[in-house]
Parts: sequence; C-alpha cells; structure tokens
Amino acid sequence: MLRILCGLLAPAEGEVRWQSANIHSLGEDYFNFATYLGHRHGIKDELTGIENLRIANALNGLEISEERALSVLRTMGLGGRENLPARLLSEGQRRRVALARLVVCGTTLWLLDEVLTSLDKAAVALIRSLIEEHLAKGGIAMVATHQELELKSGSIQRLELAT
Amino acid sequence: MSAPSSLSMFRWIVWRDLILAWRRRANVLSTVFFFVIVVSLFPLGIGPETQLLRLIAPGVVWVAALLASMLSLGRMFENDYQDGTLEQMLLTPQPLYLVVLGKIVAHWLVAEIPLVLIAPLLGMQFGLSRDTLLLLFVTLLLGTPVLSLIGSVGAALTLGLRGSGVLISILVLPLYIPVLIFGAGAVEASIMGSSPQSHLYLLGAVGLLSLTFAPWAAAAGLRISLE
Repeated sequence: MLRILCGLLAPAEGEVRWQSANIHSLGEDYFNFATYLGHRHGIKDELTGIENLRIANALNGLEISEERALSVLRTMGLGGRENLPARLLSEGQRRRVALARLVVCGTTLWLLDEVLTSLDKAAVALIRSLIEEHLAKGGIAMVATHQELELKSGSIQRLELAT
Repeated sequence: MSAPSSLSMFRWIVWRDLILAWRRRANVLSTVFFFVIVVSLFPLGIGPETQLLRLIAPGVVWVAALLASMLSLGRMFENDYQDGTLEQMLLTPQPLYLVVLGKIVAHWLVAEIPLVLIAPLLGMQFGLSRDTLLLLFVTLLLGTPVLSLIGSVGAALTLGLRGSGVLISILVLPLYIPVLIFGAGAVEASIMGSSPQSHLYLLGAVGLLSLTFAPWAAAAGLRISLE
C-alpha cells in the first residue's frame, strides 16, 4: 500500500491524490513533499555513514555539509561510527543511518515501511520522538508496522489491513 | 526543481558511482583484464602474419571492447536495485532521466575509459602504425559512450531477472552493430589508405542519437522493472 502511495506501483483502481492533484500528474514535484523509506533502506556497504547520508540527501536536492551530517548521525546515536563503512555496522545501526534522512529531509509526508524491524528499544524510542516532533510541526507520517508505536501526541488513525 | 540543484544532483550521482567503483576496484580490473586477454589471444592464435594481423586488428579490438563492456553492464543498476537505492532514486524530486544519465556517465568513466586508454597499447601487438593507433583511440573515445548509453537500456529492462547476463547480451549486442561497423570501419579505411572521416561522422551521429533517446528509454525501463 505504501508503494502505491509513493507512486512506485500503480493502483488497480482509483487514484492517489496529494492536495487534490493526482500524484502521477505531479510527477517529480510530489517528492518535494513526500519521503518514502522502505525495508530495503538503500544504505551502501562501501560508503561511510556520513557519505550515505549526504548522498541520499543530495539525491533529494538537499545538500548538507559534513558537519551537519555528523551532528545528525550523533543524534541518531551513531557517534564514533560516522566514518566506518556501512558494511561494518550492524543491521540496526544501518537502519539508523537510513532514518537519519528523515531528520534532514523537511518533507511533509513520511511513508515509513516496516521501519521498526531490527531496531532496539532505544532506537524505537528515538523514532517515536522523531515522529512526534514531525507531527507537532504539522507533518503527516504513515507508518506500516507490526510492532506497537506508542505515540503520545498527535491525532492517530489506525488502518487495519486484511491481507 | 531548479536547474542548479538538478545539476548538483547529477554531480553527486557521478561522484557516488566513482567512489563505489574505487572501493570495488576488482570489478573494474576484471573488465580490463578480460579486454587485454581477449585481444592478446588473436596474435597468439593466428601466428606472426603481420599483414593479416594488421587487417583484422580494428575488428578484433572493437569486438573485444563490446564484449568487455557487456561484463560491466549487468552491474550498472543491479547493486542499487538490490539494496533499495534505486527505489530511492525513483522517488527523488529530480527527473529520472538525469539520474540515469549520471549513472551512464559514471559507467563510461569507470568501465569504458580504461579500455580506451589501453587499446593503443594492445594495437601495437598487431603492428599498427602510429597514426592508425591514434585513430583507433579516437574511434573508441567516440564510440564507447554509445556502448554505455545503449547498454543502459538493456540493463534497465533486464533488471532483477534471472539469467539477466545472457539476456542483456542478446538484447544489446545487436544494437551495438552500427557502432562496431563505423568504429572498426574508420580504422580499416585508414589502413587501406582512404579517409576515415565519413565513418567518424556517422559514429558521432549514432552517439548523438543514442544520447537523446537512451536515457529516456532506460528511465522508462527502470520504472517498469521496479513495479
């Protein structure tokens, strides 16, 4: 479903609209508003955390300095590991690198697919506070998850999808 | 999105692929070695008949270059597809053909330029004169971008399929024929003593044509492959 919402898949019927415009007619512009993070997180094994973060953001037309990338990775709890190639990081740590994108991206709509897998409790708490902060700023987060994400603030709508 | 940010994204893509290639040097080297070995087998197999070797040299070097670039084409999108980066690239606020063009440029720099640089050295095994070696270098320089461009379409269409390596050859090699004819033809013409100019013009025309259409076609192919 999240893949339909971000336009990777065409819906079998109906259409996806963002601010009353079909996302297919919006084309690339849609992604100035939306960020999708799938379970394949797109972290390159050969690149360091900093490089991964800077390049992922540059693809979204957002250039960040090395210092900014460094400080974001520190808030994600990766202090001291910023310059290690990602293949030396654990799965949870890589996921943190991928999630660091959310801190910088500045889009309104977050589409998060199974982001909580292979994260420990501290990281889950971190994600929760990220999402809460995002909601407080008026953003929307759409999260597909098997685990409970106990958000304290914001209005929550729960969709139970039968498979 | 404004033009400067598209341009900077383009630079980042090329830069990223160059870093990745540098950190996986073995891949690049294996392509170069393949090229060197294939070309070197011909003088060994045919024996020291200078006249014959000189005649077949352009064709041999060109065919070897085509085959060597087949080796690296499969990797053009495969790694990014496996780890989800390609998905992210489809979801950027930038036009996809620019992303694809960035990857094509990087592929050319990483996989084709080494072949172009080493080709004159290999040509010496065939007893080619200095002018002919220079011409061989120029035709490869003009022709190899086409290999990356057309190859990207094949790589995009066969992405994620089983046995894509063979499929890509069947798809792409026939499309390489014009490049082979004009590229090798130019060098042959100069060996025969006529002017290679018309061949070079045609090679350039093929290049411009594929530069116009290949990135679009590859981008469309990627969208289909990722659905």
